[in-house]
Amino acid sequence: MSTVTTAGPAAPAGRFSGAQHRLLAFASLIILIVVFSLASPNFLQTSNIISILQATSVNGVLAVASTLVIITGGIDLSVGTLMTFCAVCTGVVLTFLGMPLPFGVAAAILAGAASGTLSGLFVAKLKIPPFIATLGMMLILKGLSLVISGTKPIYFNATPGFTQISQGSLIGAVIPALPIPNGVLILFLVALAASFVLERTVLGRFTFALGSNEEAVRLSGVNTDRWKIAVYALAGGICGIAGLLIASRLNSAQPALGQGYELDAIAAVVIGGTSLSGGRGTIIGTLIGALIMSVLANGLRILSVAQEWQTVVTGSIIILAVYTDILRRRRL
Amino acid sequence: MTALVSMSGIGKSFPGVRALNDARFELQAGEVHALMGENGAGKSTLMKILAGIYARDEGEILLDGRPAEISSPRRAQELGIGIIHQELNLMPHLTAAQNIFIGREPRKRFGVLDEAKLNARAADIFATMNLKLDPRTEVSKLTVARQQMVEIAKALSHRSRVLIMDEPTAALNDAEINELFAIIRRFKAEGVGIVYISHKMDELKRIADRVTVMRDGEYVGTVPAASTPVDRIIAMMVGRALSDDRPAVPDHADSEIVLEVSGLRRGSEIRDVGFFLRKGEILGFAGLMGAGRTEVARAIFGADRLDAGEIRVHGRKVAIRRPQDAVRAGIGYLSEDRKHFGLATGMDVRNNIVLASLSRFTGPGGLLKEGAMHDAAARYIRQLAIKTPSDRQEVRLLSGGNQQKVVIAKWLLRDCDVLIFDEPTRGIDVGAKAEIYNLLNALAAQGRAVIVISSELPEILRLSHRIAVMCEGRLTGILPAGASQEEIMQLATQRGPAPTGGGRQPQAGGASA
Repeated sequence: MSTVTTAGPAAPAGRFSGAQHRLLAFASLIILIVVFSLASPNFLQTSNIISILQATSVNGVLAVASTLVIITGGIDLSVGTLMTFCAVCTGVVLTFLGMPLPFGVAAAILAGAASGTLSGLFVAKLKIPPFIATLGMMLILKGLSLVISGTKPIYFNATPGFTQISQGSLIGAVIPALPIPNGVLILFLVALAASFVLERTVLGRFTFALGSNEEAVRLSGVNTDRWKIAVYALAGGICGIAGLLIASRLNSAQPALGQGYELDAIAAVVIGGTSLSGGRGTIIGTLIGALIMSVLANGLRILSVAQEWQTVVTGSIIILAVYTDILRRRRL
Repeated sequence: MTALVSMSGIGKSFPGVRALNDARFELQAGEVHALMGENGAGKSTLMKILAGIYARDEGEILLDGRPAEISSPRRAQELGIGIIHQELNLMPHLTAAQNIFIGREPRKRFGVLDEAKLNARAADIFATMNLKLDPRTEVSKLTVARQQMVEIAKALSHRSRVLIMDEPTAALNDAEINELFAIIRRFKAEGVGIVYISHKMDELKRIADRVTVMRDGEYVGTVPAASTPVDRIIAMMVGRALSDDRPAVPDHADSEIVLEVSGLRRGSEIRDVGFFLRKGEILGFAGLMGAGRTEVARAIFGADRLDAGEIRVHGRKVAIRRPQDAVRAGIGYLSEDRKHFGLATGMDVRNNIVLASLSRFTGPGGLLKEGAMHDAAARYIRQLAIKTPSDRQEVRLLSGGNQQKVVIAKWLLRDCDVLIFDEPTRGIDVGAKAEIYNLLNALAAQGRAVIVISSELPEILRLSHRIAVMCEGRLTGILPAGASQEEIMQLATQRGPAPTGGGRQPQAGGASA
């Protein structure tokens, strides 16, 4: 009992043990970086580091969205195709309707939040298990993206500056030595905001409480449905931001893209130590998880390991990460 | 005479806890030996060592006078030691017979299961137990009592000579307890040694030959069950004597009626229930298992839907469809199942205490006021004497009594006028029980209206200012404090004119006092 640390005001659940897991994940990340940099001189080049960060940004933002839902004890399989759907919505607003850039940004985030709200309604009000509800949403959104775009990519050539959302560098403009792309900056800001919501606000507290024991929360007189829908809506809005990032990076909305991203996002969340049974998890863990995945992919590519084997390694890492989590919990 | 089982000098440590220290236990063939002690006294740990579930750190176990190594539950079964856990370990979707012989199914050629033989064997065992039960019944369709019988049959199928029962009557009604005791007596006559773990004194008097008491992981003593007064056994358990006084009932005649319900109906669970509750009053709800007491509480609280009925709080009619509505009207419900319905056990004490009142600690932008939350939590930790190193301690690490206090703190902070306690001392040890009783009395004295649902008559008698008794979904009567156990039992078994399952029929029951 004396092991209880006096942590900050945040992290209501499993803070001591969770911190251990995060430390472990962080250590693995450092080890990976050291190994790859010893194995290849190219690994630590600025351009490579930036490309790793750039590659993390989309999956990282999606993983942040997934973390919120997973902490409630749910799962969101629709984040990948929702991201694409939001990108397509932006395409419609900017390219088809020719509206100015801010409207495109708003379209993506609103479409995401609306879709998230719908998922939340299915889960909270119709009592459809989250896995099924979001599986359905995943297919619906995939189909709608193809329908709206007429199965063809929508290009943003008419909107100058759209690629700057992801590829420009505000930081680089101020500090030329640090050409960190905006996509990475946005991931950082999204993570910071999500972290703040989770740890400091009433929405965050109910996110943890729902995952910890939803029935006890309901019997405390709390409108659990409302909070649950709010979490799915927030996660959806964040997927909208991911949609902007990927569209900006590709300078197009690719309607066929998206499926599979949800599993990468879940993998990052799990590697980061968030429990799939809900009630515990952190954004920083998820960020580390997402970084581990992209460092691994990048490093293996630099070492000319075949794409097929990269996938095998990623799968093994997931199993290893979850197993260490189980070992840790057994020891408690 | 050589003892069937003799355990001595048993020690066992878990990380950070010395669970057993020089523990001792002896069991004769044909004996019912009760093992008693407060929660955490080490009873279950000791018996799990005997059943091969835990390995002992030190000490010796003799079976029939010979040293025995009980290395696994499987080895225990081979040695004829069977254990029936408090939480039943049955597979609900398999039949009774399939459960009994799981992993040992009789087979025909090519590994095809011999279902007929399986059922016949199970039927044989039921016959020796004098139990009328179709072995092909799916376990989920059986009552808890019947499921327990299946567990016993499973233990018997291993030809157990030692049968360990951990709180076997926790979920049984009186008739079912009688059935269980009849079976225990039959085993006893056949020379089986039975270890009986229970908190219920009256049962021990009825069934046990000897009582061994443990405290803080150590052996306290062994006494004959029949001739030892209950007070002395309790004193051995807690290390001091407990007073068992009746409440001094204050005069409520002029107090305001805080809660009044009438015509509550819900299927066959609640049939035309009506009563009122005054400020400062403790109304006890007595009845057998399944009488509908919890159902009434949950319905008033909005956790389950009502078919019909009216609820008035402070004289005003309120529509309660969800727990939110009840909480807004000032009604708090403390479930009998704290882990599932009362606490977010993975969260800390602070967050559990503020869970029902978070809006009060939310500033602009949904920002939580952690400082104010800490102050509130600290205030109740002090006021209710919750034993916790800090308000950041995870609730699952607290003892049952302290967990219950956290739930109480949650409702006090929410400032509820009406508090419904469902089995407030279930799973709480004797010492902490008295503390909870004092707390309930203090709450009433402060002017809160309290409902206590309890299956333990002494608890009802000790706390209640009035006693409502239910049977089969009906309120069969309301008795004044000081009513005898016999009066209560009579009302609790007073079956209505309508047969069960005959649908809802209008009842002109003696519902209100």
